[in-house]
Amino acid sequence: MDRIGQAFRDAREEGRSALIPYVTAGFPTLDRLPGLVKALTRAGADVIEIGIPFSDPLADGPVLQRAATEALEAGTRIRDILRVVSEIAAEAPPLVFLTYINPVFRYGVEAFARDSAAAGVAGWIIPDLPWLESRAVRDTASQHGLALIPLAAPTSTDQHLKAIARGQGFVYGVSVTGVTGVREAVDTGVETLVERVKTYVGLPVAVGFGISTPDQAREVGRVADGVIVGSALVKTIAEHRDTAEDAAYQFVRGLREALDNLAAKA
Amino acid sequence: MATKRVPDQRGRFGPFGGRYVPETLMPALDALTRQYQEARRDPGFRRELELLLKDYVGRPTPLRRADQMSQALGFDVFLKREDLNHTGAHKINNTVGQVLLARRMGKTRIIAETGAGQHGVATATAAALFGLKAEIYMGSEDVRRQALNVYRMKLLGAEVHPVESGTRTLKDATNEAIRDWVTNVRDTFYVIGSVVGPHPYPMMVRDFQSVIGKEARRQILKVSGEMPTHIVASVGGGSNSMGIFYPFRHDPVQLIGVEAAGEGVETGRHAASIQVAEPGILHGSLSYLLQDADGQIQPAHSISAGLDYPGVGPEHAYLHHTGRAQYVAIRDDQALAAFHQLSQWEGIIPALESAHAVAWVIDQAERLKAEAARVLINLSGRGDKDVDQVFQYETEKGVGRHG
Repeated sequence: MDRIGQAFRDAREEGRSALIPYVTAGFPTLDRLPGLVKALTRAGADVIEIGIPFSDPLADGPVLQRAATEALEAGTRIRDILRVVSEIAAEAPPLVFLTYINPVFRYGVEAFARDSAAAGVAGWIIPDLPWLESRAVRDTASQHGLALIPLAAPTSTDQHLKAIARGQGFVYGVSVTGVTGVREAVDTGVETLVERVKTYVGLPVAVGFGISTPDQAREVGRVADGVIVGSALVKTIAEHRDTAEDAAYQFVRGLREALDNLAAKA
Repeated sequence: MATKRVPDQRGRFGPFGGRYVPETLMPALDALTRQYQEARRDPGFRRELELLLKDYVGRPTPLRRADQMSQALGFDVFLKREDLNHTGAHKINNTVGQVLLARRMGKTRIIAETGAGQHGVATATAAALFGLKAEIYMGSEDVRRQALNVYRMKLLGAEVHPVESGTRTLKDATNEAIRDWVTNVRDTFYVIGSVVGPHPYPMMVRDFQSVIGKEARRQILKVSGEMPTHIVASVGGGSNSMGIFYPFRHDPVQLIGVEAAGEGVETGRHAASIQVAEPGILHGSLSYLLQDADGQIQPAHSISAGLDYPGVGPEHAYLHHTGRAQYVAIRDDQALAAFHQLSQWEGIIPALESAHAVAWVIDQAERLKAEAARVLINLSGRGDKDVDQVFQYETEKGVGRHG
């Protein structure tokens, strides 16, 4: 069952880009995760990324680093995240875990695939596991019906783009050379990146890293099949701790409307 | 004996090593591997590096029998004097090599991580030599503890970026250097300071540091006419130990890597990744790590800032795995005692890192004497940098050795 692919197809039928917000599990606290996922679902998310915090998130900028640090200091554990996610997955759009390779390796790739699948998760994004190192993880994930989402960067070679044509789910297009974070402007290379990926890969392409406003979402939504928003949402949550669910809803609703408007004009 | 050629094409030392970095960096690692292989075959590059090591770094460094120590312990002890290199430690062997390669690759910007500041100083030195701009990432906790090294780096024209994330030490400085590299990969060369990181770094740093073992092998045969029975070196990330071990790997010599046991491995406050031997992936490669049940990296502890790292180079994990090298651990207090002892015996103040190797030899003296051992210690750096810290530590603890 290709739930991720279906989510992209559903969005495309509505003539728009899919919206993929990201939240860090355990930030502000793990018991807020169900409420946040519900808010994102109501706001119109098509896929939701749930970050499993890691002590050394080297692909993340300051906003997501701080969220992970705080989540870990509050004692967020992987087993607890799996339990909470299993309680909400059925009512949510496809959920994808974003984490780093060491927590997965330490948990055991096979065990983590089994438990992720049992919790109702549809895929994994592991930013420090490049395609060339991912064979065993990919195969194990696939055996449990999970997609290991391939990444493509502005520096990626054609050879890499050809290789990830065998991937599942969608391609995570990294819009800039850099780490996650809130940026003033969308990199001008996004269109080139998406076009290059599409030359070789049949999967939908979602773009992330630096998208923080409805205007930017619209801009990226013009060229990509999906728009990923992480740091800006987590920043919103951090600034409205007590009312994080409402703030997250408002913020993501704004992004979704921008993508809907784009569809209406098209 | 492990004789298989490592790493393989994919940067694997048996099950260890590899390349665990964001996709953005993979083409840069390919380019670096290719250019490094070319440079190492290029007689022009080799000659330039050799001349720099000779006329700028001051190589070869001496190897000499430690007479008083030998007499006191009852067996022969030899010291390889890496403390006599320019900048006072082995670190410069590697930074001169990498910065030379950066220049060859046309990179205009140099970045590096540093813990206590030794690698930062060595990188800033090499960058200054070539007229390149260096930016050094250093945990803000280390910036506070090592103010003089920060000043040294600035004096050499480098910019020092304090890192406020995580534990604010070497591991976090490394994260931040990798983040910088992901962002500026097109014009930036990342000079990694130990045999860690993604392929080709563990191999490349090993090769640059192998000059230690190559010289030592020639020198000890000349001085004593025989191979040593043991080679002893401290292991943090593991570059000085790999540098001396590697050229002896096919010889009938016991290779002993000494990790930092901090306050004792059983207390959990230590930096002895191989003693714990839990595989994990950090900073680009699979090796042994200090981590919790969820794979979160645990802070390391050692009185020696140069050993204060929660991981170890993948080739050391491999040598442990195959049994070719033995890894042991020495506590802070043992290292401190050796710091004093060697100073008095030989008139050489060792770096606290190197004092761990000396301490193991003292600790095992009875057994080594019975074996009629001939022990070669890699004295990786000089202890001047540590004098201030040891003085304060002993004052606080009321040890009063200097009273």
